[in-house]
Amino acid sequence: MRATDGISLDVRRGEIFGLLGPNGAGKSTLVRQLTGLMRPDSGEVEVLGHDLVRHPERASRLIGYLGQESTALDELTVALAAETTGRLRGLGLRAARVERDLVLEELGLTAIAGRPLKKLSGGQRRLACFAATLVGERPVLVLDEPTTGMDPVARRAVWAAVDRRRAEHGATVLLVTHNVIEAETVLDRVAVLERGKVIACDTPSGLKEQVAGEVRVELVWRERAPLDVPEVAALRGFAQESGRRWVLRLAPDEARAAVAAVTGGAAFAALDDFTLATPSLEDVYLALGGSTKGLVKA
Amino acid sequence: MSIVPVEAVSGRAADTVKPVDGGPAPLAPRARLLPSLAAVYRAQLSRARVARIPLLFVATFQSVGIMVLMRGVVDGGDEARAVVAGSSVLVVAFVALNLLAQYFGQLRASGGLDHYATLPVPPAAVVLGAAGAYASFTVPGTAVTAVTGSVLFDLPLTHLWVLVAVIPLSGAALAGLGAALGLLAPRQELATLLGQLGMSAALLLGVLPADRLPEPVVYARDLLPSTYGVEALARTFDAHPDWAAVGLDLAVCAAVGVVSLAVATRAYRRAAVR
Repeated sequence: MRATDGISLDVRRGEIFGLLGPNGAGKSTLVRQLTGLMRPDSGEVEVLGHDLVRHPERASRLIGYLGQESTALDELTVALAAETTGRLRGLGLRAARVERDLVLEELGLTAIAGRPLKKLSGGQRRLACFAATLVGERPVLVLDEPTTGMDPVARRAVWAAVDRRRAEHGATVLLVTHNVIEAETVLDRVAVLERGKVIACDTPSGLKEQVAGEVRVELVWRERAPLDVPEVAALRGFAQESGRRWVLRLAPDEARAAVAAVTGGAAFAALDDFTLATPSLEDVYLALGGSTKGLVKA
Repeated sequence: MSIVPVEAVSGRAADTVKPVDGGPAPLAPRARLLPSLAAVYRAQLSRARVARIPLLFVATFQSVGIMVLMRGVVDGGDEARAVVAGSSVLVVAFVALNLLAQYFGQLRASGGLDHYATLPVPPAAVVLGAAGAYASFTVPGTAVTAVTGSVLFDLPLTHLWVLVAVIPLSGAALAGLGAALGLLAPRQELATLLGQLGMSAALLLGVLPADRLPEPVVYARDLLPSTYGVEALARTFDAHPDWAAVGLDLAVCAAVGVVSLAVATRAYRRAAVR
C-alpha cells in the first residue's frame, strides 16, 4: 500500500505552505519523509539545496519539527522542555537559556514555565511543544497540526510567532492541517491531499475561485428533514448530510430557489437555522472530489 | 509550479518536495556528544524525580522486606552477605533495568522517539543520558538498602564505600540491558515483560544464596550481569576483602555495560528512523 504517491511540490523560501486533507490523506507520511524520519521508497526530497534522501541526517540541522506526539517532553517542565530541546539543537547552555526565556515570553508561557507539560491542558501543552520547536532557530519549520486543542489566544500567539520568523529571518513554514478556516487565513499556498495524492495546489483564494460561481447553503433541521415536502426531498440529492445539518453548493439562482422553498410553508416549521455563504476551502475540497470526513472547521 | 501528476512523469511513484531559489543553505551545527549527553541526563533525572520517586520507595521497601524475611532463614556468614548484596543490587535492577526498559518501550511505541530523531543529537547521548539518569536515580535506594541490611545482619559497614563503584558499573550493565530490551522489543508490552522478567531474575538469582541453588540455575546466575555486582559487593563484607576478585567482578559489569549500551545505541538508531 502506498501512503503517498507521485506527490510533487515546490515550496518557495519564506512561504507559509499548507498541506490540507483529512486524516489518512498522507500528510504525516509526507512530513516524515521531509524530516528524515522515513525514507521514501522512491523520489527526491530537497530542502534549501540539500538532498535529504541521500543525507537524511541533515534534516535536523535545517528543520525545526513539531510532531503530533509530546511523550518525550511530557514529564518535563515547560522551561526544561524548551531548554533541553534547544541544547539538543546544538545551543550552548547559556544561549539555550536566553532563547528559552525569549520564546516563553513571546508565547505567553512564562507564568507556567515551572509546570510539567503533563499537568497542562491539551492546548497549553501543544503551545509548550511549539515553544520547544522554536528554541534553536531553523530556516524551515515543519509544523504538524500545531494549534490542535488551542484557544484563540494561543492560536494567535502561534501565528504571530510564525509571522515574525518569516519577516525577520525569511523562515519557510510547512504547515499540516485539517482545519480549513486556519488554512484560509494563514497560508500563502495550500496543497490539498486526498488518499496520498495532491488533488489541487494554489493560493487559498485561487482555489476558491474554482467554485466562485457557487453559493454555499447550510440548513439545520430541528429534528429531521421534512422529506414529505417535495422541494426538500428534491434538494436532498445535492446535500452533504451530517446529522441534522445539510450542506449544499448551488448556483446563485438555485440557492435563491432553495432558500425560498425551505423558508416558506411546511418546511419552515422543521427548519432550525440556515445560512448562505461564499464558498470556503471545504467547498473547494468537496468540489475536487474529497470526502469531507476528518476536516475541521474551527 | 505546483502539481505534476506522476503518470505524466514516469510509471513509478516519485515524491518530491523542494523549496526552490538559491544555493544550499548553511547547516546548523550538530549538538556535540558531551553537552547533549548532559542535557539529556539532566532532563531525564528531573523526569525521574517528578514521576518515579514512589517507585524508588517501592524498590527500596521491596529489598528491605526481602532482607527482613530472609533473616528468619539465614543466620549470618556467607549467606547473609549474599542476601544483603543481592537486595542492594536488586534496587539497581528494578530502576535501571525494569523501569528503563519500560520507558524506552513506551517512548518507541508512542512515537516519542521522533522528538530526538529530528534533533541533531548523537544517538549515544540519548541512550547514555537516559541510562545514566536512571542509574543515578538508584543511588539513595541502594545505599539505604545496603546500610539497613548490614545493620540487620551485623555485617561491617567498613567497605560499603565500594558502592561508589558498584552502583555505576552494575547500573551501566543493567541500564544498558534495559535500554536495549526496551528499544529492541517489537511491542511495548513485550518491553515491559522483558524488563519485569529481568528484574525477577535479578531478584531470585541475586538474593538467594548461590550454594542452595540447583546447578542449571547457577549457570543462569553466572549469565546475569547483576550477579557480578552482587558478588563484588558481597566480597567486601570480609574483614580483608579479595580486592582483585572484586575488581574482576566489576570489570565484568563494566564490559557488559559497554556492550549493552552499544547495542542499545544501535537499537535506538534503528528504532528512530522507521
